[in-house]
Amino acid sequence: VKLGKTTRKEKFLLLLTLAGACCLAFIIRLFSVLRFETMIHEYDPYFNYRSTEMMVENGFFPFHNWFDAKSWYPLGRGVGSSVYPGLMWTAGSIYHFLRAFQFKVDVRQVCVFIGPLFSAFSVLATYALTWECSKGNNGAALFASVFIALVPGYISRSVAGSYDNESIAIFCMILTFALWLRAVRTGSMAAATTAALAYLYMVSSWGGYIFVTNLIPLHMLGLILTRRFTHRAYVAYSTYYVIGTLLSMQISFVNFKPTESADHMPALGIFGLIQLITFYNYLKDKVTSEGLRTIIGCSLLGSVGLVVVGATLTGKIGALSGRLAFLFSTKGAIPIIASVAEHQPTSWAHYYYDLHILMLLFPLGVYRCFTDLHEGTLFAMMYGVTTLYFTGIMVRIVLVLAPAACVLGGLALSGHYYAFLPNLSAPDEKEAAAIEKKKDRKKAGVDGSYPFKSELAAVAVFIPVLVVCSFVSHSIYMAREHYSDPTIVLRAGNGKLYDDFREAYKWISENTEENAKVLSWWDYGYHLSSMANRTVYVDGNTWNNTHISRVGQILASDEKTSYEMMRELDVNYVLVIFGGKVGYPGDDINKFIWMIRIAGSTPTGAHISQKQYMTKYGEYRVDSKAPKKMRNSLMYKLCYHGFGALMTHPRAPLGYDLSQNQEVGDKHITLEHLEEAYTTENWIVRVYRVKPPANKFSG
Amino acid sequence: FSSEMQLVQVLQKLFDDYVKTTSSKLKIIDAYMFYILLTGIVQFVYCVLVGTFPFNAFLAGFISTVASFILASCLRMQVNEENKDEFNGISPERAFADFLFAHAVLHLVVVNFLG
Repeated sequence: VKLGKTTRKEKFLLLLTLAGACCLAFIIRLFSVLRFETMIHEYDPYFNYRSTEMMVENGFFPFHNWFDAKSWYPLGRGVGSSVYPGLMWTAGSIYHFLRAFQFKVDVRQVCVFIGPLFSAFSVLATYALTWECSKGNNGAALFASVFIALVPGYISRSVAGSYDNESIAIFCMILTFALWLRAVRTGSMAAATTAALAYLYMVSSWGGYIFVTNLIPLHMLGLILTRRFTHRAYVAYSTYYVIGTLLSMQISFVNFKPTESADHMPALGIFGLIQLITFYNYLKDKVTSEGLRTIIGCSLLGSVGLVVVGATLTGKIGALSGRLAFLFSTKGAIPIIASVAEHQPTSWAHYYYDLHILMLLFPLGVYRCFTDLHEGTLFAMMYGVTTLYFTGIMVRIVLVLAPAACVLGGLALSGHYYAFLPNLSAPDEKEAAAIEKKKDRKKAGVDGSYPFKSELAAVAVFIPVLVVCSFVSHSIYMAREHYSDPTIVLRAGNGKLYDDFREAYKWISENTEENAKVLSWWDYGYHLSSMANRTVYVDGNTWNNTHISRVGQILASDEKTSYEMMRELDVNYVLVIFGGKVGYPGDDINKFIWMIRIAGSTPTGAHISQKQYMTKYGEYRVDSKAPKKMRNSLMYKLCYHGFGALMTHPRAPLGYDLSQNQEVGDKHITLEHLEEAYTTENWIVRVYRVKPPANKFSG
Repeated sequence: FSSEMQLVQVLQKLFDDYVKTTSSKLKIIDAYMFYILLTGIVQFVYCVLVGTFPFNAFLAGFISTVASFILASCLRMQVNEENKDEFNGISPERAFADFLFAHAVLHLVVVNFLG
């Protein structure tokens, strides 16, 4: 591909297209704001929202020293040292910045729109990244930036209302990669330092920073192995590694991990390796004798190796952390990591939904990288292939794959256009023969002639336009139907809205004591903390598996045993989610089997096994065929209390569970130690009060 | 035994060659790098003797010397006339300015991390 200098007209078109892509990226993510309201979606964003509120109210340092006593009762949680603060910093800065100009925005509105805003920034960052990857190919960069504006895999986590780490982390990641490639290309220390600063931003925003920490050393290794290790690469990586690692340790959550955990060791290893290689290259010119040179080299290597082995043996460097170990082998995974829906392998349908035509352009892009291999294309290829491999294990990695697919798709499509566009006005056969006779074949620039050149070129130029149009309409469909769901407000098939969650949380915040403690499954912990403002036992941070297992044991045991355990933990209220009346498929009865597995995964719950809760044929049922243990469990009783008298469907018997599609087994459930406090309109959220123990010797 | 003698001879020759062929500009940077190396060794030995508490202070000091050493070696590489066609667009003055910028960021972080 031959590239000339961009003219002023081209630069203007470029700017216009980029601005259009940014606007498109912003607008396509606003469906949920139009349909519902500016509210925060899902589960984790509520924790981030509560933290941002706390930071904006109390200030920067009180937030970093915050110990939250109202979650994980009675343990509490040190939020300042267990959170990635980048998201809160960003939202807080934007909030204060707008307020300084007297735009009286609310924190919630800033939080809701951060996703779309940073998607617009990602468009610009992807342009920069692809420009670096392709050594100045504006066409490829433009294609890639339009793809990233629309690709559904990215929309899923950056939609308006999805106030989660990924919404800014993807931008930070693409920016870090673009600045890293710029550092490798120019070999300047200032460029490497800016890459390190972008790396700091990335580390502060998401736990997935470990991917950046390992991909950049992998890229260096790739450069070494393909004989492209130049002085520029040495300057770029050394400066980036030292300054970047020191910067990353400033984040409290990361602390000393770069010196201790095995996840960070490849970066250190490659750093040492390039020092040795550079020293060896320096010696190569000065020392003539081959043998002595190798002696010096080997002695150095040996001493380094001893240090590494010694450090590993003495336990200074730990094993791979839980989630990363899961990425390499799912065999030893504890149930709580295996249970998360996002940690399941990706299906082919999911690839199609999230990437659409980029699935086709991905291999073509990799091929183009091979034909024009340099530092940038090597990086694009490595980025794409590594993320593609890991999506085979966890579906949430598709979010990280999406930018790589856009970059490679941009390279592929631009290569296609550079091949066919010049042929549009290709001379026909007679003129071509005349030209060939007069000049050299090479000078004419035609790469072999075949009949109907310009007609074929016209078809070849037009078909991708249709394909990209279908991509656009697919993205709009995905954004509208699948990814703009706030999860906390349910939308039934007939268009009815069920706002039961917020109804229940509001009831709890208004009708219970200030220091009431609510027990529920960990999915709802963040909601309860943020909206109901009550103390919870377990929440979405899932840092303490034993505590979650204890909650699981409470919900899985019969009422008497559970009551003992609840008195131990001083529980005041229990909250369950029940979808039987409306057919909500994500209720607690559906999750119950996972609660049982997690309950049985610690020593105190070892007597609980999932076989006891299923029929003798291994079926999971809630009707009269369900075993006694299932029907006596606290979860079953709390969900179906009073349900036996309810008619859910005109043609079904009373007490027909619409989400399990079975008639409930026990129609007259009585509770001894709990009483019903509140059930929402559609029976989705049910709150029970734990009664104090009965007086002894009562008559 | 003879390989040891050879090693000493080779190192001696290496040192003489170095003194003769490197320009004085590079020698100044090399002297500075040697000084940084000494400060790094002193800090490491102190840590081994006295213990790692407070770890953040040790890391800040040690990484400060490592980073200064690395930045000096990068500067040496960029200022060296032999590498001129590789670092096109980076004059020695620009290299030094980059060096200063990187050092500014480095020392800000080091001071923050010292605690």
